[in-house]
Amino acid sequence: MSESLSYQLQANNLSCIRDDRVLFEALSFSLSVGQVLLLEGKNGSGKTSLLRILCGFREPDVGSLSLCGDAISDSSYIADLAYVGHLEGVKKELTVYENLKVSLALGQAGHYSIMDALDRVNLTDYDEVLVQALSAGQKRRLSLARLLITKNILWILDEPFTSLDRQGIELIEALMSEHCAMGGMIVLTSHHDLSIQGVDVQRICLS
Amino acid sequence: MSLANAFFAIIKRDLVLALRRRSEVANPLLFFILVITLFPLGIGAQPHLLQAIAPGIIWVSALLAAMLSLDSLFRSDFDDGSLEQILLSAHPASLLVLAKVIAHWLVTGLPLLIVAPLLAVFLGMSTQSLGILLLTLLLGTPVLSLIGAIGVALTVGLRRGGMILSLLVLPLYVPVLIFASNAVEMAGAGLPIQAQLNILVSFLLLAVFLAPWPTAAALKMSIN
Repeated sequence: MSESLSYQLQANNLSCIRDDRVLFEALSFSLSVGQVLLLEGKNGSGKTSLLRILCGFREPDVGSLSLCGDAISDSSYIADLAYVGHLEGVKKELTVYENLKVSLALGQAGHYSIMDALDRVNLTDYDEVLVQALSAGQKRRLSLARLLITKNILWILDEPFTSLDRQGIELIEALMSEHCAMGGMIVLTSHHDLSIQGVDVQRICLS
Repeated sequence: MSLANAFFAIIKRDLVLALRRRSEVANPLLFFILVITLFPLGIGAQPHLLQAIAPGIIWVSALLAAMLSLDSLFRSDFDDGSLEQILLSAHPASLLVLAKVIAHWLVTGLPLLIVAPLLAVFLGMSTQSLGILLLTLLLGTPVLSLIGAIGVALTVGLRRGGMILSLLVLPLYVPVLIFASNAVEMAGAGLPIQAQLNILVSFLLLAVFLAPWPTAAALKMSIN
């Protein structure tokens, strides 16, 4: 992936103001391929707001963002990112397979096929099961499987370890280091202490 | 190719969802049937009066049924985060929104068209106006879905957007109601209706091409 070596997420002087409260200001960082950015901070310190700014759902009140030179308003910025938020973004009346099929149609095919991705997140043989029959941890793993089946560079994860058991957490950490090794980058918030081997982790504490 | 894939994947997804949540789909249709069957009971044995107001009754009921069904257009996607994922797609959001509206019309608008002939006969409508009624419904109800989508997109983020939604959308529905019910009435009297039909066609074309953009923009604002 030589051409993706130039990929870089650059944030300049970001500020976010919500209901007259300054959540953060003059925040600058840059993230290169193979790196992880871990956002830390108290509840309400603006972690999720920052992630939503990175996704383009919110505009920063001040500052600018670019991913390898593309401004956030470009469609190529959006094409390169994948987001898993507080809400799983899966329909409970559809089966596991149908959900992933829709996600695949909305993006571009990635490294994993749907079945391989389900194997990877330990949901083998769940493909015909309705999502409403899954447990919270299984739903979370399903929404993370979405990251694997589509082609993307930047993963934006909001508390990805919520409702996962210890094996689940280890699994996600393995997937994250795999993604970084393949030339991806990750921005995440977590209260869980991150232990990813061989990956450069930047930390930003919002207060 | 992949845009067409995404477009049809969204339509298929919404149709499957509608099939698995039948009550949500059946509600507006049931409302439509109930309102129309109550009119003859309320008015009594006056077939000429009924016949005269039949186009109005059917169109007003169709309009209210369409409004009743609007909330389901984006509500569940908004609540479970699927809407975020759809808007994060690299495909143009306006086209994906159009796919959702088409699927919504197929499950809420098309059934009205199917039961309308039966109800029209029930109200004593003549055969020549029946054909025109179906034509106006075919042209008019997609316009209701498309215009309604803008209103829902604006209000889906509000906790109690129902009242605002009706206030926003109803004035925009009125032209469709006027021209459509007028066309059916005129057809019953044997008068030319080309003008009304042309206007309805132009409403439909305008709505198909212009409504998805503000809808997509409003959705982006709502998930903020």
